[in-house]
Amino acid sequence: VTNISTIAGSGTVRPAVPAARQEQRRDDRTALGFLAPFVVLYLLFVIGPTVYALVLSLFNGSLVRAGLGSFAGLGNYAEALSSSDFWSSLWHTIYFTLLTTPPLVVLSFIFALLADRARRGRWFFRFAFFAPYVLPSAVMSLIWIWIYTPAIGLADNWFGRIGITPPGWLGDPHWAMPSVAIATVWWTLGFNFILYLAGLQDIPRELYEAASLDGAGPFQQIIRITIPLLARTTTLVAVLQAIASLKIFDQIYIMTSGGPNFSTEPALEYIYDQSFANMRIGYGAAVSMLFFLVILAVSFAWFRISSRQEGGM
Amino acid sequence: MATATTTTARPATAGRASSTAASFDSRNKLFNRVCFGVLIAFSLIWLVPIAWAVDTALKPNAETTKIPTTWFIENPTLQSFRTVLSSGGIWKWYLSSFLTSAAVAAGTVLTASMAAYALSRLRFRGRQWWFLFVLAGIMIPGQVLIVPLFREFHTLHLLNTYWAVILPQIPTAIAVFIFKQFFDGIPKELEEAARVDGASSARIYRTIIMPLARPAVSAVTIFTFVWSWNNLLWPLLVLTNPNLMTIQVGLASVQGSYGIRYADTMASALLGGLPLVLAFLLFQRNIVEGIAGTGLKG
Repeated sequence: VTNISTIAGSGTVRPAVPAARQEQRRDDRTALGFLAPFVVLYLLFVIGPTVYALVLSLFNGSLVRAGLGSFAGLGNYAEALSSSDFWSSLWHTIYFTLLTTPPLVVLSFIFALLADRARRGRWFFRFAFFAPYVLPSAVMSLIWIWIYTPAIGLADNWFGRIGITPPGWLGDPHWAMPSVAIATVWWTLGFNFILYLAGLQDIPRELYEAASLDGAGPFQQIIRITIPLLARTTTLVAVLQAIASLKIFDQIYIMTSGGPNFSTEPALEYIYDQSFANMRIGYGAAVSMLFFLVILAVSFAWFRISSRQEGGM
Repeated sequence: MATATTTTARPATAGRASSTAASFDSRNKLFNRVCFGVLIAFSLIWLVPIAWAVDTALKPNAETTKIPTTWFIENPTLQSFRTVLSSGGIWKWYLSSFLTSAAVAAGTVLTASMAAYALSRLRFRGRQWWFLFVLAGIMIPGQVLIVPLFREFHTLHLLNTYWAVILPQIPTAIAVFIFKQFFDGIPKELEEAARVDGASSARIYRTIIMPLARPAVSAVTIFTFVWSWNNLLWPLLVLTNPNLMTIQVGLASVQGSYGIRYADTMASALLGGLPLVLAFLLFQRNIVEGIAGTGLKG
């Protein structure tokens, strides 16, 4: 290609500069032209703010005062690491992740497995499981607040029917987080369901037929064929889910505002409150950076596991 | 995956197994029926919350607080939907959500596909470094940037404008990655023929690459639109003017204000969720293929 275009462009080349270098320069300029719109926005709103957050975290900045404020060194970090509020918000985040990730992986796998066997009504199952996922978090939260409403809500009604005293749901510090977790499993299961369904369709039918001729029952087929062949999908689903769950904010903000008595306040809401209610943006930025490290650690763990899986195949 | 090898040897043994296969078949049939039953049960359970919201919204407000709770509607009415629609707020929220999400989707598709074209097709110095630089963005979750971004938009005097909602959501590193993967799969010959005819890179991008990349374009458009539509944290921070609020911010702020008017609350929730559910029904295939294709590769 280069040869042809060099010849085509050689008419305009000044004799002092070698044609190849001139050509290279023009290619560089074209490429930068294509990259520029993305890179400018990327620098302004992703890379720039990341660096700015790092700088802010080293100062005692306030939301209402311009400028960085006095230099704090690592003071904000030290304060966060010794603050019980920081640790409990981090724990709430991890607790929520632990409550939601296993059911969201296991249930979506089971539902996909069942739907993959069904010959009829696939669109219906896809709709039933995936429709909640497209609802905005505020919509989903409003519906579940109503379901959890004491005495007149559907949850209390169902528990009453089977004769169990219902827990206090969102109003009970011990039950608030599990309640939000149940709503979240209902809400986001569809995404994983679709990922698993796609993975299942990639497994050749002949494998099952062969196994069935060898006398393997349905359960053996699942354990010997399906689960091992879906290992990569499972890693992907689990990590995407864990990262999404760590970033929990919306449902808790609307359903409990971090209560009752801060029992559900997650990391992002702690950052939000410290930065915008208490106006301590330096401290908020430091907590953001610590939270960022947690998410990075999960991403790297995934990278390690998936590259090992890829190597093994 | 290397699975083809195991399947070819089988047909020879099929005859031997035919008598036992019949009993397996009937066992399998029963198993399949049980599976189907369980699946139906769970999918119906999954629809209960939405059905309950619809049921509630069709009741008069007074009926929703009756004990015992019942699905039966004594006086079905559309009054709650009328109340919400005539209050005006929701139309403004629709407009805000639509304008900002459409702008984000268009901006993301354009900028990400251009960058991906350069990274996939053009030869220039430092290409690998540029790619790594963009790739690093996948690791940075936007949520940890709310503090510096808020400061930035405050300084730019752009708080309470659509710009504040739109601009930070446009640079999406994962979209560049999805486009690059797709472009890498397009045969080079098409492009080379055009280049011989003297077409510029801009022309090739516009008339050859982008039309061929329609599946990637639709996947990225749909996903950035939905993500932007469903974003709560950032618009909540930068939009305090009720006239500019998106659906998400509006519904979050309305949560307390309806008080115990549960039918009205459910009507507003359902109306807030309706556009995306309709879009899902329309684009079901693209969405499903988009998740399956890009999700597994990313």
